[in-house]
Amino acid sequence: MEMLVPILAVAVRSGTPILYATLGEILTEKSGVMNLGLEGIMLMGAFSGFAASLSTGNPWLGLLAAFGTGACLGLIHAFLTVSLGSNQVVCGLAMTVFGSGTSALMGRSYIGRTIPGMAGYEIPFLSEIPVAGRVFFSQDAMVYASFCLVPLMFFFLRRTRPGLNLRAVGDSPKAADALGISVARVRYMYTILGAGLVALGGAYMSVAYNKFWAEGMTAGRGWIAVAMVIFAIWNPFQAALGAYLFGGVEAFQLRLQAAGTSIPTPLLMMTPYIMTILVLLFISIAGKQRKVLLAAPAALGIPFYREERD
Amino acid sequence: MGFKIEKRLDAPAWMKVATTVFFIFLAFVASGVFLYTQGVSPVQVYSVILKSAFGSTYDFSETIVKALPVAMVSLAVMLCFTMQIWNIGAEGQALAGALAAAAVVRYFPMDNRVAMLSSMALAAALAGGFWAGTAGFLKARWNVNEIIITLMLNYIAIRLMEFFVYGPWRDPASLGFPMTRPFVPSARLPSLWGTRIHMGLYALLILTVVMEIVLRKTRWGYEIRVLGHNARAARYAGINVASSIVVVMFLSGAIAGLAGMCEVSGLQGRLQAGFSAQYGYTAITVAWLSHLNPTLSLFVSFLMGVLLVGGYALQIGMGLSLASTLILQGLILFFVLGGEFFHNYRIRLEKRR
Repeated sequence: MEMLVPILAVAVRSGTPILYATLGEILTEKSGVMNLGLEGIMLMGAFSGFAASLSTGNPWLGLLAAFGTGACLGLIHAFLTVSLGSNQVVCGLAMTVFGSGTSALMGRSYIGRTIPGMAGYEIPFLSEIPVAGRVFFSQDAMVYASFCLVPLMFFFLRRTRPGLNLRAVGDSPKAADALGISVARVRYMYTILGAGLVALGGAYMSVAYNKFWAEGMTAGRGWIAVAMVIFAIWNPFQAALGAYLFGGVEAFQLRLQAAGTSIPTPLLMMTPYIMTILVLLFISIAGKQRKVLLAAPAALGIPFYREERD
Repeated sequence: MGFKIEKRLDAPAWMKVATTVFFIFLAFVASGVFLYTQGVSPVQVYSVILKSAFGSTYDFSETIVKALPVAMVSLAVMLCFTMQIWNIGAEGQALAGALAAAAVVRYFPMDNRVAMLSSMALAAALAGGFWAGTAGFLKARWNVNEIIITLMLNYIAIRLMEFFVYGPWRDPASLGFPMTRPFVPSARLPSLWGTRIHMGLYALLILTVVMEIVLRKTRWGYEIRVLGHNARAARYAGINVASSIVVVMFLSGAIAGLAGMCEVSGLQGRLQAGFSAQYGYTAITVAWLSHLNPTLSLFVSFLMGVLLVGGYALQIGMGLSLASTLILQGLILFFVLGGEFFHNYRIRLEKRR
């Protein structure tokens, strides 16, 4: 058990970027907009978070910069898909391509530099709980913030008026429109907010987890987050489960690498991707056999136009 | 004065092409502005790109060399997109094809060129087809999201390739470089006109014609187009959706696999790490810009070839990352996507009543 504790602690840390990205995408998809540009937005978040932390010396300003960058990218996505009704899949891919390229170009002078980054903080008393204390309560502020964000988002979606409006827009924009909710406004808002959260996930990697910037450093985590949204059935708690599952696999394979196993490194590095496939397969089969309700927002990916009235 | 947005029922083909060209141009302007804000001279960037792509006959042939796999993979992607199945993993399928071709060369070397090349092509098509077909099967059987599966299979293919070139297949004489032994001469696709352009060009042209005919003139092509427009209507019409998905994905992967084989056999003559420069994404861009039209995709691929060659030149000449041409690609897609609004809708000024 003692040996497992550090692995589990790393699992939480490496699951955190995925968690933020998954939560962000859940918000966006709940409004009926599919943003597949997560990989690009995370990279931009990782870059801008790192650059701002380095130049200001303050990791919090880094996170703020990342959130702002993500929000801007979300605005682009919202403009193209909500206002112009562009194909959401292709627009997301464009975002991925654009984000990888832009972060690579702008980040070229930041390669090889490190920052002190976000410091850890042991929560008094809670961190003394055996096992759980070291795994969950000896982390950094971003991890704790994500612990709060999960139940908050759950509550927001299920129990509040704006959350209900958001779900209405994603499930039945026509009905929402008839109720006087501005579909476009809600979609804009949550696409922007969601992309901001996604970028925070990316920034966590460069500001808190690695404390450096490297081209393409998210290595597919954006896409894994897209998978986790489906696995989570758009439920924030299940998103946390999925993210930490990914983190666990990642931490375990890193541990094996460090221990000098005879399994070749490339094969070990495959495991998070294989796990993502298995997890997605599992939930899809369960959905097909009606063991779980794969309640995707009914209008996900479909543009909405207010009909002409004379 | 007010304005009114109304749907165009049918935009003429020339208009689609014209708006696309116009918005590609706008994207170049926008990236120029962006480069300028980054302290990079856009004039210099564009002149380096143009010079590296058209500077000499050799440069021009290199542009075609780069455009070749993009064009082939875009045909693969197009087939899926026509029926609204999103195969984003052509990259991985091309890698799987390259791996399979290299495996055949390694374990069953033959002296006869025709036998060697055709067995490599067969292995590559099967491997690529298997790579994509798996995602198609999962989609058809359990409705597993194909975008994510094909993408994850990309990453898995990259690692698998690394495993072989760093491990069991590494050439002992390569001084530690992650690459296999050079292929036997019979496993090389002959090159044309004394350039690096190889016989893969013929394969591409044949495939383009076949795709044109299959998509526009056959019953099966009609069926997958119907599936793309309205899956429910297709189901009522008695089209087997599940098997169409698997077949289309398999064929798409097979074409991508062939593209991978052409790259290793026609160009590198061995398998080496990092062999593909994001052809998968580029091909998606091409498929979309050419409005899923195989013939048009040849021209758009050529444009992407220019950008790829330019990207290498920028890397060497101006120290810019290869990925920075991706900015241009991303912007082109954004602008063209936004521009589609203008051939789907028209904005009319009218007097307010």
